[in-house]
Amino acid sequence: MNMLEVSGLTKHYPINAGILRREVGRVRAAEDVNFTISKGETLALVGESGCGKTTVARCILRALKPTSGSIRFSPADGEMVDLAPLSKRQLRPLRRHIQLIFQDPYASLNPRMMVGDIIAEPLLVNGVASAERHRRVLELLDLVGLPAAARTRFPHAFSGGQRQRIGIARALALNPRVIVADEPVSALDVSVQAQIINLLLDLQEQLGLSTLFVAHDLGVVRHVSDRVAVMYVGRIVEVAPTVALYATPRHPYTQALMSAVPKADPLMRDTAAAPIGEVADPANPPPGCAFNPRCPFAIDRCRTERPVLRDVGAGQLAACHRAEELTLAGVG
Amino acid sequence: MADNSLPLVSVRNLAVEFTQHGGGPVRALDSVSLDLRPGRVLGVVGESGCGKSVTARAMLRILDRNGSIKNGQILLDPGTPQQTDITALPGEGNRMREIRGGRIGLIFQEPMAALSMQYTVGNQLMEAIRVHNDPGKAVARQRVIKLLNDVGIPRPETRIDTYPFQLSGGLRQRVGIALALAADPDVLIADEPTTALDVTTQAQILALLRRLQVDKKIALMLITHDMGVIAQMADDVAVMYLGRVVEFAPVNEVFAAPRHPYTQALLRSVPNLRAPPHSRLATIGGAVPQPNARPKGCPFHPRCPDMMPGRCDTTAPAPVPPGQAGASCFKVEDAALVEGVAA
Ligand SMILES: Nc1ncnc2c1ncn2[C@@H]1O[C@H](COP(=O)(O)OP(=O)(O)OP(=O)(O)O)[C@@H](O)[C@H]1O
Ligand code: SF4
Ligand SMILES: [Mg+2]
Repeated sequence: MNMLEVSGLTKHYPINAGILRREVGRVRAAEDVNFTISKGETLALVGESGCGKTTVARCILRALKPTSGSIRFSPADGEMVDLAPLSKRQLRPLRRHIQLIFQDPYASLNPRMMVGDIIAEPLLVNGVASAERHRRVLELLDLVGLPAAARTRFPHAFSGGQRQRIGIARALALNPRVIVADEPVSALDVSVQAQIINLLLDLQEQLGLSTLFVAHDLGVVRHVSDRVAVMYVGRIVEVAPTVALYATPRHPYTQALMSAVPKADPLMRDTAAAPIGEVADPANPPPGCAFNPRCPFAIDRCRTERPVLRDVGAGQLAACHRAEELTLAGVG
Repeated sequence: MADNSLPLVSVRNLAVEFTQHGGGPVRALDSVSLDLRPGRVLGVVGESGCGKSVTARAMLRILDRNGSIKNGQILLDPGTPQQTDITALPGEGNRMREIRGGRIGLIFQEPMAALSMQYTVGNQLMEAIRVHNDPGKAVARQRVIKLLNDVGIPRPETRIDTYPFQLSGGLRQRVGIALALAADPDVLIADEPTTALDVTTQAQILALLRRLQVDKKIALMLITHDMGVIAQMADDVAVMYLGRVVEFAPVNEVFAAPRHPYTQALLRSVPNLRAPPHSRLATIGGAVPQPNARPKGCPFHPRCPDMMPGRCDTTAPAPVPPGQAGASCFKVEDAALVEGVAA
């Protein structure tokens, strides 16, 4: 059963210039993005900075209004509603179902509120009675591995990892059906990151959460996701079950991304050349396949015709003209 | 260690404190010893706040105003007639200015920290060349073009006249590297030079650093929190925790047989690209303590699975002897004793 069905999702930001603020161009932050997330599934959205991951996440949270496309969401089993065209007022009763875990555990908590009140805030807003709020806060603290005494303390008394736990507790307060986690561990040290990844894995299992996990770190993604969607300059270029994507990438960009990760093994010093050039400007993407100027396999067709995302076998989708004929290296 | 050449820089028992408003002094470095050798890469790794940047800044005498060196030496050209103790020089004196940039170059995490927005790339690089050894404007310009070419900037003849804000993050970091190399230092400190970059750009910058370091036989101190970067780049590794070097060893030893419980835990907690789906990571309990709440005894003892009560929580284990592979840990000391008896 699908919890989320995103189709044709497109978001353009206008570039305005001059005193009349005329539109002179458009940043094509997300172009025709399609994916689904089923109940209990974690889909990771990966890519380098500016590829459009956060734009997609913010559209799903409806913190942004998409330029076009639909975001069909299931508020109750058997029901589907398209969030894309809804007004603020229409969205209000639905917001509780889709919650965000932030990247920055420092900036996302109000320093003047006690932790108990921070976690209870969404309950209060949704009219949960005081005694029930109190009970739920204790339950949530326990769920994320914080002591009950944390309730009456302020965020500054907590380390980065503990603050991220507070953020997770708040996100879970209303039993959401979908969690959007935008780089939830990238601001943390590795030892603390490991604790939070394990917590997220436990919660996924216990609560059967459906998660969109936005990240740039392929190591973290390997541990938490069931499937991975790779974005490049606003478009999804490959989607595959996690194990398959790492073992047999089908898009040259996926391969480049994986080979660029520095392996924590000095006996495996990378001999593979680093991918050339830099990520294209989404305001001015190259014609054809946006990866063509950096792709070692590019042919003339890649410079003129945009490849479509299609099934290239074994449940893997890739948007590369040569996906069927290339054998790319994975990490096994 | 295979390499017995004299170090270019030896840091010995360095201690740094910061004063803070309404509180006692904070000890950021407790006792740090390191050697930087020509043609070798020393990787310095540790979690946030362990003192990596403070070590780098102390070596260049650019600590924040509330910080001061409390103990130890930073020896440039140790064991030679030119030996200089950087800690004994006036921080703003001529000699220190010469050393900064001229002998020891610095690459920052955020290249913008080193670059001004108001001057062209070329002007800033020419300035850096001419401060140390002025060859005249025309020659300096030619050198800048060569420098930009060396760091892999395409079309250096035109890029020389652009402003830093007109460049992408990757190109800016290349300019940052060119700036650090402008006066041809033989020691380079790179403080998280790729942390702000995307992974494909990081791979390019690391390859560039490696090439320059080998070509120019530079002694490179590469600071990072990423064990992957260490594995790919370092010859020797210093693992830091709460202002101390807790382990020092050649890179292969650190990964194959880490000695210190902290190094062991750190390596186990790194996500693995080959991990089975949904597999849990090994964790280290708790978090790094605040520097003003340094634990008594071994600084790692509150988080250490091998902690020996009555010992680890009362006295600090001895620092790693400079230049030797080892760990600052009672358990490691005990194991060495047992081995010594058996031998
Ligand atoms: N100006 C300052 N005033 C007070 N304390 C400081 C100052 N600068 C650094 N410190 C403290 O010194 C300690 C070491 O900091 P340092 O910046 O060297 O850590 P780091 O290892 O570089 O961390 P990161 O990985 O976050 O860059 C920290 O506890 C830090 O809070
Ligand atoms: S000295 Fe004791 S507490 Fe410190 S790392 Fe070694 S065993 Fe652990
Ligand atoms: Mg630092």
